[in-house]
Amino acid sequence: MQLEVLTKLNAARRSRRAAVVVTDLASDDTRVVLEGEAASGPLDEEIAKAFRSGKAGTVEVEGRSLFLNVHLPPPRIVVIGAVHISQALARLAPVAGYDLTIIDPRTAFATEERFEGVELIADWPEDVLKDHPLDAYTALAAVTHDPKIDDFPLSEALRVGCFYVGALGSRKTHAKRVERLKEMGRTDNEIGRIAAPIGLDIGAASPAEIALATLAQIVQAFRRRDLVTAG
Amino acid sequence: MTVSEILDPLLTAESWKQAGRNVAIATVIETWGSAPRPTGSHLVIDGEGNFEGSVSGGCVEGAVITEALDVIESGAPKMLEFGVADETAWRVGLSCGGRIRVYVERLG
Repeated sequence: MQLEVLTKLNAARRSRRAAVVVTDLASDDTRVVLEGEAASGPLDEEIAKAFRSGKAGTVEVEGRSLFLNVHLPPPRIVVIGAVHISQALARLAPVAGYDLTIIDPRTAFATEERFEGVELIADWPEDVLKDHPLDAYTALAAVTHDPKIDDFPLSEALRVGCFYVGALGSRKTHAKRVERLKEMGRTDNEIGRIAAPIGLDIGAASPAEIALATLAQIVQAFRRRDLVTAG
Repeated sequence: MTVSEILDPLLTAESWKQAGRNVAIATVIETWGSAPRPTGSHLVIDGEGNFEGSVSGGCVEGAVITEALDVIESGAPKMLEFGVADETAWRVGLSCGGRIRVYVERLG
C-alpha cells in the first residue's frame, strides 16, 4: 500500500466518510474508493455491495482476486433535548457501542451536573450542526417536545439521510409536526421515515424504558439499513 | 490524539511512516470457523518490531511480526495462513479452532 492511499483513507475516516480499500492480491496494487465515487466497470457493483453490507471480503472480477476492505464510520447518536430520557440514553448508548452527543439550547436542562461525562452542547441545533453535520451513520432522536428546537434538526436529518430519525410526541403532536416539515420542504417519503411515537413498542413507561426502547429501535435501524438501501 | 485514535492501527501506521519509520500492514483476508478477529482487521508493525492492532486474540501476532520484518526488508507482500494449534502441523496456531489468512504488505 502506498502512503498516499493510506493518507486518503485516514482522511476519509476522520471526516466520517465511508471508504472501501481495493487490494489486488496478485499485484499488490491498492486504491481507495470513497462512498459516492464511481469505480470502473463490474467492480462498481461489488463495491456498492460492500458499502451496503459493511463486510470485508475477497471478490473475483475479470479473473483478478480483489480484497475489499470496508471502513464505515462508527455509528453515533445525536439527541436533541437534555431531558430525563436523554440522561438514561446517554448511559445506555456507550454500552451498545454508540457515541452520543446531546444538543439543547436551554441551559437549565443542559447542565454538567445532569450529564456528567457526556458530550453536551448548550446551543441551538441550527448553530451546532454547522460545525457537527449529521450524516448517514448518525441516528437523530428529537425529544424536547418543542418545535422551535426539534423541527430544524429533524428536517436536516431527513435531508442528509440519517439512518434513524425518531421524534418524541403523541400521534396528535406528530400530525402537526408532519405539516410543519412539509412546509420546510420535506417530502412525504422522507417524513414517513420518522419513528413516532419514538421507540420500539415494548410498553415502555418510565424515561429509562423509553430510552431503552429508542436505543433498541436505533440498533434495529442500523443493522437492517443494508436491506433498506438495497430494496 | 484521543484514546481511540491512539489505538487505531491505520492512524498509527500513517504517523509512523511520516516520522520516517518503516512500516508493514497485516490484514485478515479470510477466516474459517471460529476466528477471534473479523476479516478486515489490521495489525501494523514497524521495522523495530513495534506493533499496534491485532489479527487474532494474541495467538499468532508473534509470527506475523516476524514475517512483517521480512516484508519490510524485501518489499514483497506475503500471504500467511494459520490454523488450529498443532505442534506437528503449525509452529503457532489459533487455540479457538479456526483458521485465518493474513496478507502482509509494506507501506510504501
